[in-house]
Amino acid sequence: MYKYDPIDQQIVNERVAQYRDQTRRYLAGELTDEEFRPLRLQNGLYIQRHAPMLRIAVPYGLMSSKQLRKLADIAKRYDRGYGHFSTRQNLQLNWPKLEDTPEILAELATVEMHAIQTSGNCIRNITTDQFAGIAPDEIIDPRAIAEIMRQWSTFHPEFALLPRKFKIAVSGTQQDRAIVQAHDIGLEFYKDAQGQMAIKVWVGGGLGRTPILGTVIREHLEWQHVLSYCEAVIRVYNIHGRRDNIYKARIKILVKALGIDDFRRQVDEEWAHLKDGPLTITQAELDRVAHYFEPMPYKTLPAHDASFDAAVACNPAFAAWVKRCVHAHRVPGYRAVTLSLKPHGKAPGDITSEQMHMVADLADAYSFGELRSSHEQNLILADVQLSDLFAVWEKARAAGLATPNIGLLTDIICCPGGDFCSLANAKSIPIAEAIQMQFDNLDYLYEIGDLELNISGCMNACGHHHVGHIGILGVDKDGSEWYQVTIGGKQGNDASIGTVIGPSFSAEEMPGVVKRLIEVYVRERSDEERFIDTVRRLGVAPFKAHVYAEKESA
Amino acid sequence: MSQLIQLGSNGQASIVADTWTRVVPPAPAEESVRKQAGKVVLFKLTGEQTYSPEQIANTQIPATGKILVPLAVWQARKAELQARLAAGELGIVLATNETAETLQAEFADLNTLPIIAIYVERFADGRIFTLGNWLRTRYGFKNELRAIGDVLRDQLFFHKRAGFTSFLIRADRSAEDALASLNDFSQPYQGAVGDVPVWRRIQRA
Ligand code: HEM
Ligand code: SF4
Repeated sequence: MYKYDPIDQQIVNERVAQYRDQTRRYLAGELTDEEFRPLRLQNGLYIQRHAPMLRIAVPYGLMSSKQLRKLADIAKRYDRGYGHFSTRQNLQLNWPKLEDTPEILAELATVEMHAIQTSGNCIRNITTDQFAGIAPDEIIDPRAIAEIMRQWSTFHPEFALLPRKFKIAVSGTQQDRAIVQAHDIGLEFYKDAQGQMAIKVWVGGGLGRTPILGTVIREHLEWQHVLSYCEAVIRVYNIHGRRDNIYKARIKILVKALGIDDFRRQVDEEWAHLKDGPLTITQAELDRVAHYFEPMPYKTLPAHDASFDAAVACNPAFAAWVKRCVHAHRVPGYRAVTLSLKPHGKAPGDITSEQMHMVADLADAYSFGELRSSHEQNLILADVQLSDLFAVWEKARAAGLATPNIGLLTDIICCPGGDFCSLANAKSIPIAEAIQMQFDNLDYLYEIGDLELNISGCMNACGHHHVGHIGILGVDKDGSEWYQVTIGGKQGNDASIGTVIGPSFSAEEMPGVVKRLIEVYVRERSDEERFIDTVRRLGVAPFKAHVYAEKESA
Repeated sequence: MSQLIQLGSNGQASIVADTWTRVVPPAPAEESVRKQAGKVVLFKLTGEQTYSPEQIANTQIPATGKILVPLAVWQARKAELQARLAAGELGIVLATNETAETLQAEFADLNTLPIIAIYVERFADGRIFTLGNWLRTRYGFKNELRAIGDVLRDQLFFHKRAGFTSFLIRADRSAEDALASLNDFSQPYQGAVGDVPVWRRIQRA
């Protein structure tokens, strides 16, 4: 993974010093709340329901075992012994003290970590696919470009105070797993007809109050120009984006208001001045950064392993885990493993300090000391030998990290909701827990198959409910908590925004509602058809009919 | 104590006396409706008038001395300001919802202006940075570029990198304290006005 040189380290150290002084001035009353706000946000610090919330950056979801151990220790010392992985691949702490945050940042800096631009109206953490570099369907490893973009966007002098936050995702695989279409800028890398690395650029996607999938602004961008092109896009946005209404401030609203053709014209005009300038990435710089992401020192292994095959054959529990949590790898004899942070009945994405230590140990013993976080809020060991899988499973299982539910209904993406978030209209974690308990039968879960269920506690859509096959949104009605259900949302290449099925439900009704949606699916599906495909084929009507019919007769 | 920080030609910042008088149109007869609602209004459509004709007509312009006038005042009262410009006693204040293009339409060579100031109503309005950048890189402006308005030390580093050479710190803050913040970071990553990305600047391991 990327390794800081003295320049990277110095920037992070200087940031700690700067922020320490800003916090001191705030506590001394020299900065007003309003003035401190953007400063703390750009250091990942929110003021939340119970305490501040600190969002620590995990650039493109990649971290070392050493870094994870540091996160574990920070969670233990400055928080309540656990953290929460988010859909933007970062780690959130729910209970730190404001006074401690400079010290936390100082500790993070000792392991090449920070909380820079994890919030605020600036370019946020750049996200990508958790299987970057090892996915069999990968065309280009996007991590070097993601790192180059991380550096370019860090303290960008022009984009520190944009109209609104700005999110960029990069993907280098055939199957998009970075949801490029739900980002302000989505970069889809591919090889063009000449075999050169090129980029399809999407713009104006985003969820939140007004969910919109991005539009292609450029089919073919030579990779050397990615920074200058993004700079042109963001410049046009910085000048013309709305600043009068925060709900209309995202680039997606500007793109819609101008229309993609006019927006593109403005970007191209701007770009004409920047193209081929100093922002053009040189091959030497790409090579320098790419060198940190070279393939791991893999052994030459046979494609099959007898001990592994035997264990699968005679141990159904292990076999179930292999089926759901073990993924293909481009190198023979290796697999990627997802450690589920979704045990039934616990807050999705939560992990304790002890578990973090465990995972770090697993990474050291079996996966070259590296880890990834996924936007589905799980952790990944990317490079495990087939022959080690059984041992990994046993240890992960002992630590409560081997629930074999990846990609299933209980692998719920869920925002912190009303338990932690002061913006929430409703709780989301207890809903996730109740649904997980309702579907506690693994055999039934397997029968249902691939299904994505996403929950957000308010319109901000942190839980990506719009792109869940089933989406649940917390709404407020006369001061009490209700839940609106959408179906038919999807992430990936053929992304779609879900459709609301009808009036909202109470919290107690929710597990039953999901159950009835599943009943319709099981009844109507053709062989091998996934839930999402059945919804796409039939539309919402039969689902709606069943869910609300039951409601009336009840 | 002066609130003005200026970068010398050697890049050193110091606090200097402000020799420019800012000409500000009188308050509008009626508060705009949006302001009355108590909301901070930042977004003004480009082209929307910053000041009404009455405000511009009623603007008091000192008879002597160096003056900074809003673009709209210059546009409406060019005839009486022409001599000041020729004497090197006129600078223009651009609001963040105005464009460098409009300015260029008024002054084919921007360098006839000894100073351009950009006024930011709220520090959180990042358009000031893009405007600064454009004036320097696209429009070739070489003279003093000043940030005025809600200017706080925590943004100065960005102002500097976006091409500003002077900073009028908000009246209730110490310019002395603000000086240090210009050096918050020693080796920024990305290029900026007068600077190239770090990988073009130095050999990295
Ligand atoms: C309690 C702390 C949190 C607060 C205060 C918070 C706040 C917000 C706000 C205000 C938005 C709206 C952005 C907009 O509409 O422009 C948002 C969106 C979002 N948040 Fe959070 N959030 C929190 C936690 C999380 C967590 C834990 C996750 C991941 C599980 C997350 C992921 C996201 C994502 C992915 C969006 C995207 C919506 C989009 O693409 O437009 N947030 N959040
Ligand atoms: S979706 Fe709403 S409730 Fe949930 S974390 Fe985001 S802002 Fe908070």
